[in-house]
Amino acid sequence: MLINQTLKITLLASLLTVWICSSARADDDQTPDAKNKVWQTECGECHIAYPPRMLPAESWRALMLGLDKHFGSDASLDKAASREIGNFLYRHAGRSRQGTSEKPLLRITETRWFIHEHDEIAGRTWKNSKVKSPSNCAACHTGADVGNFSEHNIKIPK
Amino acid sequence: MLHKISVLFGTLIIGVISQPVMAHEEILAEFNNEARVANPAFRGFSATQGETFFRQKHGGEWACVSCHTDNPAASGKHAKTGKIIQPLAPAANPERFTNPAKVAKWFKRNCNDVLGRACSAQEKGDVLSYLLAIKN
Repeated sequence: MLINQTLKITLLASLLTVWICSSARADDDQTPDAKNKVWQTECGECHIAYPPRMLPAESWRALMLGLDKHFGSDASLDKAASREIGNFLYRHAGRSRQGTSEKPLLRITETRWFIHEHDEIAGRTWKNSKVKSPSNCAACHTGADVGNFSEHNIKIPK
Repeated sequence: MLHKISVLFGTLIIGVISQPVMAHEEILAEFNNEARVANPAFRGFSATQGETFFRQKHGGEWACVSCHTDNPAASGKHAKTGKIIQPLAPAANPERFTNPAKVAKWFKRNCNDVLGRACSAQEKGDVLSYLLAIKN
């Protein structure tokens, strides 16, 4: 009786696990809100996990090749994590707006769309100690950590 | 037979969900083994040495305290991005130093950032001894 009960619970749990895993995989194929657990965890440890659509594939490729010297910090990953994150970024990367001969941009804040989107922001806002750097999306975009950059979710610190 | 299958499934699920977890002392014991192999004259770890190492700069711009602060039982802040770093001392944050892969990843990165080289087993063991000695 008890064994039967255990069996039922275990089978239910395994079905649930398979279902959770497959739905997470389905999410991977959605843009612009593509998600990947390894990307979220690893990239989100020192800063927000910047959404793949914010840079073109050639930029992500250059970044992934230089993780041991990542803007002055060692952010190296093991091979499995690096491969998974790389594939996720390339698959959901933004459209390339550069000529192929140009060196890929490594900073999101230097892309043309970023500069255009932020051209109304006053100089003193960037210098605010609560903002610190234009790479600190979450300082004003309150939903940045969950990939929400909607204009309705902006709160510029005073 | 069915029972065996259910046990197998159960084990499989636990294996998929859980991360490798070790006790803090087991991680320290690994460093101890490493240190003995590296140096036959190894005399054990020192929490005092670990504290000095943790607070000092080692020729670079940063020390461990630059991000983890001089109170490892409190939250720290990434020196560059400003992101909050959860406490490093296991007394304040028991999850610390329980996942060997995570421990290896962060010592590799942080030693490169702070010292410009890998840390020795002696250095890692001294620092962990210091952190384990901190009471919340």
